[in-house]
Amino acid sequence: MGLSGLQIYKLLPKTNCKECGFPTCLAFGMKLAAKQVELSACPYVSEEAKAQLAAASVPPIRLVTIGTGDKKVEVGNETVLFRHEKTFFHQPGLFVRLKDTLALPEFEAAVEQVRDYSVERVGILLGVDGIAIENASGDAATFAKYVAAARAKMEQPFVLIASDATAMDRALEQTDGSAPLIYAATADNWKEMADLATKHKAPLAVRADGDLSALAELAEQVKSAGVENIVLDPGARKPHDTLVVLTQLRRLALKSNFRPLGYPIVTFPGEDFESEEDEVVLAAQHIAKYAGVIVLNHFDPAAIYPLLALRQNIFTDPQKPIQVSPGLYEVNNPTPDSPLLVTTNFSLTYFSVAGEVEGSGKPSWLLIADAEGMSVLTGWAAGKFDAEKIAKSVKQFDVLGKISHKKIVIPGLVSVISGELEEELPGWDILVGPREAIDIPTYLKTWN
Amino acid sequence: MPIAVEIPKEKWTGRIREITLGATADEGGTRKKTVTVGGESTLPFLTFEGEIPNPPVVALEIQDRYPDDWSTVLKDAWGDVLNDPAAWATRAEEYGADIIALKLQSAHTEGDNTDAAHAVDTVKSVLAATGLPLIVYGPGQPEKDNEVLVAVAEATTGERIALGNCEDKNYRTIVAAALANNHLVIAKSPIDVNLAKQLNILISDMRLELDRILMDPTTGALGYGLEYVYSVMERLRIAGLTGDKMTQQPMICTVGEEAWRTKESKVNEGVPTAWGDWERRSKNWEALTATTLLQSGADIVVLRHPESVARVKETVASLLAQ
Ligand code: B12
Ligand code: SF4
Repeated sequence: MGLSGLQIYKLLPKTNCKECGFPTCLAFGMKLAAKQVELSACPYVSEEAKAQLAAASVPPIRLVTIGTGDKKVEVGNETVLFRHEKTFFHQPGLFVRLKDTLALPEFEAAVEQVRDYSVERVGILLGVDGIAIENASGDAATFAKYVAAARAKMEQPFVLIASDATAMDRALEQTDGSAPLIYAATADNWKEMADLATKHKAPLAVRADGDLSALAELAEQVKSAGVENIVLDPGARKPHDTLVVLTQLRRLALKSNFRPLGYPIVTFPGEDFESEEDEVVLAAQHIAKYAGVIVLNHFDPAAIYPLLALRQNIFTDPQKPIQVSPGLYEVNNPTPDSPLLVTTNFSLTYFSVAGEVEGSGKPSWLLIADAEGMSVLTGWAAGKFDAEKIAKSVKQFDVLGKISHKKIVIPGLVSVISGELEEELPGWDILVGPREAIDIPTYLKTWN
Repeated sequence: MPIAVEIPKEKWTGRIREITLGATADEGGTRKKTVTVGGESTLPFLTFEGEIPNPPVVALEIQDRYPDDWSTVLKDAWGDVLNDPAAWATRAEEYGADIIALKLQSAHTEGDNTDAAHAVDTVKSVLAATGLPLIVYGPGQPEKDNEVLVAVAEATTGERIALGNCEDKNYRTIVAAALANNHLVIAKSPIDVNLAKQLNILISDMRLELDRILMDPTTGALGYGLEYVYSVMERLRIAGLTGDKMTQQPMICTVGEEAWRTKESKVNEGVPTAWGDWERRSKNWEALTATTLLQSGADIVVLRHPESVARVKETVASLLAQ
């Protein structure tokens, strides 16, 4: 956990020599605590103080990277228990489990399916992060073969699941140094697994069931064997148990600053359940409450898509809605006589509307007012998307320089502003569009 | 060497209020059973440091007119009963709902614009068709809500129906009707901790006991504002547990209405194949909206799909099973 300005001050020379550019050591300490300056700006700080400050600045939950290159996944390094306290930073990686007992062509097809899955939401491409390959066959050569086959098909990171160190080693040989998550070191095999993690520069999951002190001990052991990138599996599988233990782990790291368990957590929401319906609900729970890596047993777009939407929601910065730039947007190559619609710059609103207008095939102009990232009704209720703002946007973005008519379609939800807007935009026709974006294509068919 | 791990526990000083919906014959109503929510002295499902005497419950939403604008997935799941609120209520009870949430949609001025007498008849027929406690919503227009809810309140004295919604615009009339006829109210505010608290204060200033006020902090569906609602609910719950008396009301979320309004639930034409099978996707949309809000403190979730009832109830049970 970060130190306060006062705590930092105690470690500084306290000479107030001003060379750092601040009048006093205390002022400098305050700036350091706020992370607005670098410690190196003070030439006199002792080595010992440096070491102490460095130790204190280590994040309470370690940032662990799985995979390499563009598709790598970074998890951990969270700083709060509740997203309203600041924000959650690193969304959990979603992995789909495939076993090496599948027929190879089937396995390869599944790999491709996960690799190619991609869906857009509010202008952001979402997808599954990688696959978890399990050595269900128990055979080292088969495992290695399947891992190699998957590597040849996808760049996304892997989780490798095997209890036998030899099988793990042979599989790791097939991953071209791409740092998959090794699952898992247990009390029985941790030495060998820790060696493999070091040899292949890969992160290592440690598993101890039902006993956090055993888990802490195991994590410390693999750490002392030189492994720093650790992921925890406390072994809980049922909804109540996972909620409790994941909450306890997050609190231990953040509130107690308990280093031995300051790592991201891996969960397996499908392991205790046969049914995919139960799995998706438990996976959702793990997204909200504290998983770093989630390994799913099923791959069904009808479940993956809602999970991705949820993950995007929970990991959005609560202080800053996702926004687009205000302006006059062209959809489907409009001409000066094409319809003009107006909405807000809240990404969710913009993409809902733009998607429908685009899908309608009708060339159109889309005027995006600066509503400070608020939805239509929120913006209206807050006075950020009213008649005045719309009229202002019409002028600001030189709408009349581009279109030849004076008709503007407003969202159905703010039909009440049409009178005011007529006053703000004299000579214009104010047309009230449908309330929901999905009805826009039908509406545009009748527009003339 | 084993490492000592000391689990950090929260010592909350506050407790959420217990509220009972419905009244049996002994208690002055006609319900076969009552439902009590609230009473928590810990964050959702964290029973290792506090109590959850009453698990969250599920209400099924029914309407007093055929819901033309509902998703086909929903209409197919319910079938014919959608034409008859009483039959619909009976079916909802069979599906395992704890509470029936009746929306008097036909009273909407831009729809059938039915009157107070019609509302009373509907409510009476639903009361006769089910033994469960009731929530009754007006059409969502302050003046019309007042008109129909007051009549309903008077015609059902003693039933402890939860009347919704009381918003800052129209809470007085509805609160007065609840006070006079032994009902409860649902205080609805737009996703804001202070506004929620403020409305609870205004309502209790009218001398309605706090154990007759449910609060609805406004729901946003998965992908459509869920994250804001989630955080406001967490903040309200933490405030209540920390001892703020005016945020200790149990929370109700209109999950079904929001989730089934989304494009994901409503349509299947021209949507990306990556959205997956329509029916499974839309049921997941409702279930995930509900279960995520349960994590942030919902005590009652109002759902629309019959299968969601069992699914959400099982989730609640598994979240409490030690
Ligand atoms: C999330 C949310 C918030 C978030 C902000 C989210 C954001 N970035 O905008 C927060 C918590 C900050 C918030 C705050 C407030 N909110 Co608010 N909020 C919501 C909520 C839950 C969802 C809004 C949303 O994201 N909708 C999704 C987007 C995509 O919808 P949309 O922009 O309307 O777009 C759709 C349609 O309008 C249409 N469309 C859009 N553009 C166009 C254009 C054309 C031409 C056409 C044809 C169609 C069209 O297509 C879209 C999809 O169908 C709603 C309630 C609800 N469940 O809907 C309340 C709601 C909008 N909020 C409300 C209020 C009152 C407020 C506050 C004023 C409360 C307060 N006093 O503090 C504040 C205002 C903000 C401020 N002062 O800072 C009220 C508005 C009431 C009213 N009718 O005026 C609502 C309706 C809740 C309620 N029932 O009381 N809010
Ligand atoms: S340079 Fe170092 S010693 Fe000098 S005032 Fe700044 S912090 Fe203090």
